[in-house]
Amino acid sequence: MSTQVAETPHGALGLSGEDLVAMYRSIVTARLLDEAALRQNRMGRAPFVVPGAGHEGCQIGTAWAMRRGVDIWLPYYRDLGVVLVAGMTPVEVFLGVFAKAEDPSSGGRQMPSHWGSRRLGIISGSSPIATQVPHAAGIAYAVKYREEDAVVGCWFGDGATSEGDWHEGLNFAGIHRLPVVFVCENNQYAISVPQSKQMAVKDVAVRAEGYGFPGVVVDGNDVLACYAAMRKAHERARAGEGPTLIECKTYRYLPHTSDDDDKSYRSREEVEEARHRDPVVQFGRYLTEHGVIDEAGDEALRIEVKTKIESAIQAAWEAQDPEPESALRHVFEEPT
Amino acid sequence: MTEKNVVTAIRDALHDEMAQDERIVLLGEDVGARGGVFRISDGWVAEFGERRVIDTPLAESGIVGVAIGMALHGLLPVAEIQFADFIHPAFDQLVSEAARLRYRSNGDFGCPIVIRTPYGGGIHGALYHSQSIEAYYAHVPGLKVVAPSTPADAAGLLRSALRDPDPVMFLEHKKTYRAIKGDVPDTYFTTPIGRADVKREGTDLTCVSYGYALHQCLDAAARLEDDEDVSVEVVDVRSLAPLDVSTILESVRKTGKAIVVYEDNRTYGAGAEIVATIAEQAMFDLDAPPTRVGGPDIPAMPFAAPLEHYYLEPEPDHIYRRMRELAAF
Repeated sequence: MSTQVAETPHGALGLSGEDLVAMYRSIVTARLLDEAALRQNRMGRAPFVVPGAGHEGCQIGTAWAMRRGVDIWLPYYRDLGVVLVAGMTPVEVFLGVFAKAEDPSSGGRQMPSHWGSRRLGIISGSSPIATQVPHAAGIAYAVKYREEDAVVGCWFGDGATSEGDWHEGLNFAGIHRLPVVFVCENNQYAISVPQSKQMAVKDVAVRAEGYGFPGVVVDGNDVLACYAAMRKAHERARAGEGPTLIECKTYRYLPHTSDDDDKSYRSREEVEEARHRDPVVQFGRYLTEHGVIDEAGDEALRIEVKTKIESAIQAAWEAQDPEPESALRHVFEEPT
Repeated sequence: MTEKNVVTAIRDALHDEMAQDERIVLLGEDVGARGGVFRISDGWVAEFGERRVIDTPLAESGIVGVAIGMALHGLLPVAEIQFADFIHPAFDQLVSEAARLRYRSNGDFGCPIVIRTPYGGGIHGALYHSQSIEAYYAHVPGLKVVAPSTPADAAGLLRSALRDPDPVMFLEHKKTYRAIKGDVPDTYFTTPIGRADVKREGTDLTCVSYGYALHQCLDAAARLEDDEDVSVEVVDVRSLAPLDVSTILESVRKTGKAIVVYEDNRTYGAGAEIVATIAEQAMFDLDAPPTRVGGPDIPAMPFAAPLEHYYLEPEPDHIYRRMRELAAF
C-alpha cells in the first residue's frame, strides 16, 4: 500500500486520498464562495467585493503546508483560499461581505476581505500594499526570540513587490534568518499595470537573492506544486535555515475588485486563454485521474459546498448590523 | 533624588525597564555597537545582547513595521528613529498600521509599541535635524504623543509608555538632552500619559507650552515677575495626545488670559488646537484674546547661526514681550 502511494505525486508529498479530497473541498469552496460573493455584489447586497478566482491553486496549495493553531498567517485581500485553510468559515466570510457586527475580521469596519482573527492567528490587514511584510518579519523575529516552533506565512501579489516595505521586510528577515515564508501570487497585473511595467526582471523570485535566501518559481495553478514548495520552505523555516520567497505564477480571471473594469487593460482572449489552466479544473482532473474522486463524488461534493454557502449567506444576511455609536469604540484599549 | 539631565534620565529609565522585562527590545539605526548617536544605549549590547539591542538597516518604515510585528507577537519593542526628521518614511506604518490595528480589528489586536525619537532644534541641526513632528501624529486617533520637558517627566512618561497597551510616540527634544537638569526620584515612579503639569503657579496669565520652549517660557515668566510683578502660570502639557484639557482650562479660568508657545511652525500646530479649545470652552472667562507664539511658517530651521536664531527668536526676547503685552491687555 505504501509503495503504491509513494508512486503518485501526492503520495510522494505524504498526502493521502482523504487529504486530497479535503484540499479539493477547500479549493471548490474558495471558487464557489468567490462567485457567490460577486453575485451578492451584483444583486446590490454587498457594496464591494474582491474576487480571487484563478488564485485558488496557489492559495490552497501554499496554505495547506501551514499548521492551524501554531503558525501565523498574514494574508492579503485576495486570499480567500488562505483564510479558509486557516479556519475561517463561509459564514464568517459573509459576515464580512455584509459588514455585520460579528464579522470576525473587523466587525464591519473594514472593506470585505481585509482579513484578521486573533483566535485563528490571522493578523489583521489593511489596504495599503505590502505593509504586512515588515510585520511578518517582526513576528518571525519574536517567534525566534521566544524560541517557538511557529512559522510565519506572508502572502501578497506581484504589485506588492514594488513597495519599499516589501524590500525592507525581506531584507530584515534575511539578515536574521527568520522563520517566515513569503508567497507572491503573481497574477501579472498590479490592477491594470502589467508586470513589464512593474519590474525589469522576468521572475519576482530572483529578488530573494538580494536578501540572501532562496527564491523559487512554481506553477501557481498546480496545487500540489505549490504545496510542495511551501512544505519545503516551511521545513527550512522550522529548521532555522531562514526565509524563502515562493513565486506562484497565476492569473486573476475577474476584475481587481467589483469596482474595476479589466476590459480597459487586458483582452478577453488573454483572459480566456488563462482559463484553460484553471487550478480548480486541473486539480479536479488530477483527483479523477488518480481515482480519488469520481464524477458523482465531485458532483455530490459541489452540491454539499453550495448548500453550505447558501446557508452561510442566509445566516450572515440576517445577522445584526453594528450599532452606529460603536463606531467610537476601540480607538485605544478599553478599560475592563 | 538624583540630579540628572534629560538624556541620562531616559537612559536610566529605559535601562532599568529592560533589565526587568525580557519582552522589551530596542531597535534602530546605530543603537548597537555605537550605543545610539545620543549614547542612550551605550554598552547595552554587552549587557542585554544583540537579540535585544538590534542594529537595523537604514530603513525607517521597516524599523516601525518590524516593531509592529514584534508587538503583535508578545514583545514590547522600543523603536528608535535616529532623528525625527527621518521618520517620514514610516508615516504609513504609524498612521495606517500602528494607529489603526486596534480599531480596524474591532479591538481584537493591540499594538504596544514605543517610538522614541529626538526632535526639535536650536542645536545647529539645520533643515533635517531640527524638525518638530508632533502635530502630524497628534492629529491621528489611535496614537499617543508625549513630549516631556524635564528629566523626571521623561523618566516617568517613558515608563508609562512602555506599559501602555497602545502605540506611543515618545518625543525627546534634543536641546533638553544635556541643557536641562533636574531631580529625578530614586524610587520607582511613573508619570501618567495625558496629564498636564503646572510647572509654575501664577495668577495673571496662563502660558501653555512643552518641550524646550517650556523652559524659555519659565525663564521669561521668572523675569517678568522680577521686572514687573506679573505672575505667569506655566502649564506643561507633557502629552499632546491625549491632551489634558481640564488642567489647561482650569488655569485659564483662573487667570483669564492664555498664551500658547511652541517651537513647531505656527500654522496648524499644537497651538491651534489648544487655543481653539480655550476659545470654545472658556471664552467667557477670558479677559483677552488667546494667543499663539509658534515658529515662523518656513519649511525648516536653517543652518547658519543668524538664521537658526531668527527661527527661534524672530524678535529679541519675543516670548517675554508677548507675555508682557498679554498681561497689559
